[in-house]
This record gives sequence, C-alpha cells and structure tokens, in this order.
Amino acid sequence: MTQWSGYLGLILQGALVTIELTLMGSVLALIMAFLAGMGRVSRFFIIRALATTYIEFFRGTSIFVQLFWAYFVLPFAGLSLTPLQAGVLALGLNVGAYAAEVVRGAILSVGREQYEACTALNLGRWQGMRYVILPQALLVMLPTFGNNAIELLKATSVVSLISLADLTFQAQVVRSQTGSTLMPFLSVLVIYFALALIISWGIRTLERRMARGLDGVRV
Amino acid sequence: MPAPIIKVDAISKSFGAFKVLDGLSMQVMPGEKLALIGPSGSGKTTILRILMTLEKIDGGHIQVDGEQLYHMERNGQLLPADERHLARMRQKIGMVFQLFNLFPHKCVMDNVTLAPMLTKGIARAAAEKRAMELLDMVGLADKAKAMPAQLSGGQKQRVAIARALALSPKIMLFDEVTSALDPELVEEVLNVMRKLAAETDMTMLLVTHEMGFAHDFADRVLFFDRGRIVEEGKPDEIFRHPKQERTQSFLKKIIAAGHRV
Repeated sequence: MTQWSGYLGLILQGALVTIELTLMGSVLALIMAFLAGMGRVSRFFIIRALATTYIEFFRGTSIFVQLFWAYFVLPFAGLSLTPLQAGVLALGLNVGAYAAEVVRGAILSVGREQYEACTALNLGRWQGMRYVILPQALLVMLPTFGNNAIELLKATSVVSLISLADLTFQAQVVRSQTGSTLMPFLSVLVIYFALALIISWGIRTLERRMARGLDGVRV
Repeated sequence: MPAPIIKVDAISKSFGAFKVLDGLSMQVMPGEKLALIGPSGSGKTTILRILMTLEKIDGGHIQVDGEQLYHMERNGQLLPADERHLARMRQKIGMVFQLFNLFPHKCVMDNVTLAPMLTKGIARAAAEKRAMELLDMVGLADKAKAMPAQLSGGQKQRVAIARALALSPKIMLFDEVTSALDPELVEEVLNVMRKLAAETDMTMLLVTHEMGFAHDFADRVLFFDRGRIVEEGKPDEIFRHPKQERTQSFLKKIIAAGHRV
C-alpha cells in the first residue's frame, strides 16, 4: 500500500506539471487570441495578413509537429528551449490560433448599432473597442474559451513526447515500473476529468458574473 | 441675417444601384427646429446619418458651423477629411437613434458619462454632476444606477437623449426617435424634446412620422421624396396647404393610417 501511495505521488507530480502547462499555455493562448483576433479586423491590410497567416499556419499544422519544431528544430536556429518552454510555446500558439477566430467572431457579433453609437459619441476606434465592443464581445467569447482551455488541457499530454514529466508521462512511468495498467491510467483519467470540470465551472462562474444586469433580470 | 449652421450642397449617395440622395441641397439656420418627413426610402434618414458621418458621401459638399465636414482646406485646396478632422467636426453634432443604441453593459450613469470622460477628458466627478443634471432634465434622476435592460423603451430613449446632450453639441439629430416605442410611451419622449426646444437654442433636425408633433415642434418642414426635397415651408403651409401633388398624396396616406396632423 505504501508503494501505491508513492506511485500516486509520482502521478500527482505529473498533474502539477500538467496544471502548470495548462495555465501558462492558456495565458499565451489568450494573448495570441486577442492579438490575432483583433488583427483580423484591423483597418490595415498588413496586420490582417499577418494575423491570418498565423491563424491558418497554426490551425493547419499538427500540434505534434509544432512541438517538435519548438523543441528539436529551434535549437538549430540558435534558440534552445527547455521542455516546459517548448510545451508552453507550442500549446499557446496552437490554441491561440483557434481562439483568435473566437475573438474575431465575437467582435463581429456586436451589433452595428453599437459601433454607430460610438461614432455618434465621437469615441475613437480604440476607445470604442476598449470600452464598448470588447466588454460585450467578451461575454460571447467565454463559453468557447472554456472549450479551448479544455482542449489545451488535454493537448498538454503531447509534451510527454519531449520527455516532460506531465500527467501522461508519469502514468507511463508508473505502468512500466509496476506492471499495473489499470491503476495509473484510471488515476490520470480521473485527474484529467477533474481538471476539465474545474475549468468548466470557472468559466460558468465568470459568465454568470459578467452577464449580471445585461438582461434586466439578474442584478 | 446670421450664416446657416448647416449647408448641404448637391449631396449624392447611392446604396448599390439605388440612388438614395440625388443632388440634395438644404440649409439650416442656427437654432432652427427642422422636421424631415416623407415616405421610407426618400433619403431623410440618410441625410441625418451623413451629417453624423455614419455614411460616406458619393459627391457634393457639406458645411457645418462654418467648416467643411467631409473635406479639409489645406493651402487653399480641398482634401478628403481624415479621421482627426472628422472627430473634431463630430463634436458639434449629436444623434439619437430609433433603437436607442444604449450600451447594455453599462448602467445609465456610465452610459451618459463615458463619452465626456473619454473624448473631452472631463473628470468623473464633474461628468457625473453634469449627467445628474441631464438625467434630472429627462426625468430619470432616480434611474442613474439602473441597467438599460431594466428600463422601458421610453426611458431608454430619454437616457439616449441625455447621453447625446452630455457632449453639448450645437446640433442634435433625432432619427425616428419614437418609432420603436409603444404608443403610450411616445409622449414622454416628445415632452423631453419640447422641453429641450424651449430651454436651449440648439439646432435640431428630426426625422419623424409623428406629423402632429412635427407640426407643433418645427419651425420648418421639409418633405422628402426619392432623394430630393420636393416641398418645404412652415408647418401650416406643408400640413394644411401642401402645393405639390406628391406631398398631398403622402399626407393623405398618413392621415388614412390614423396619424393626427
């Protein structure tokens, strides 16, 4: 029994790495999503082109390949990353590309009359975006951001391929050391599921708080 | 005789193949209250939207308060206006929309104070003090903390009026501001506009289907049809003794539809 608890300790260490990757990857994804998503609706052709190229490239190539590039190919260009850095970079850029389309769609979903009110009140383009459009668009983005975050959480398992000791990696270690398949794989299943639940719950809470007052019922 | 505050000169505007304004010209004197009436698609709303810079023009010139709206004079040449010029010109003009266009995520107070704080750099305390005066004027001082979704249509429209007034424009544009309201709420909005007309010397242009209100409110009525002004004159002339056949048939239809003139 003490042996099992030791192995469980290993798995929990892996869970910490997975959480770390998810959090840092999400932050990078969020930054990229807003940069590229707002870039897609820019007035300037060059910014739109850059944003589109980024999005299409990272949606169109596999996360495995992106991770291998970040970890194995970038050193040839003189940029050596730790496994964690490479993992965060690949995950953040990949999920950020999907989330950028969410940002763009949400910005476009805000009615034309809101943009016109901004013009009539003489708000600048950026002021209108910052104080009127984005706060309303954010509410539209949230549910899909929740999906993206869960996707990112599950995608973190690819880092086990560059020998980063995340949850999946540790499960393999425990399996090969104990010969037991059920226990490690059941543990990681439950842990991934629990983490995904926490994300869902967090997003729903945020959504409720932000929607407060908007429909005149929940105040 | 003072100079006109708005001079529209041969403005044309098409949406695709549809010519909505066809060489339209008109002048508005400072402080004048103008009612724009006419069938839908006649261009009356479009000219308001053009004055608010919500549409681009295809040709012609507009002068507002002595300056070109869509052009800048540089070294004696007229160039297309840039965003900075437009922003400066917009300070002179405010607009109230048919569907209110309040910011749903901001309370009434923040709706009114947002633009003065951002565009004029007014401090929050001063902006809120002014907002309270305006909300009081439109009879909604007790709703300052309410969210737009908690208000009736008439209340929303009065907030929208206060919000536009907070920027102290010289010219106010009202685009069918009662058309989306339940009949019993129309009067509270019209009352605010009457008060505004009585208490300020703002120039006011209103597009409306409320012929009775247009008759009492306006100094001058313009009848639009197919992108042109077909007839204009004092309310009594237009409503009681229209000269043009098209004006007569339009008013006949409106009366048949149950509107009071």
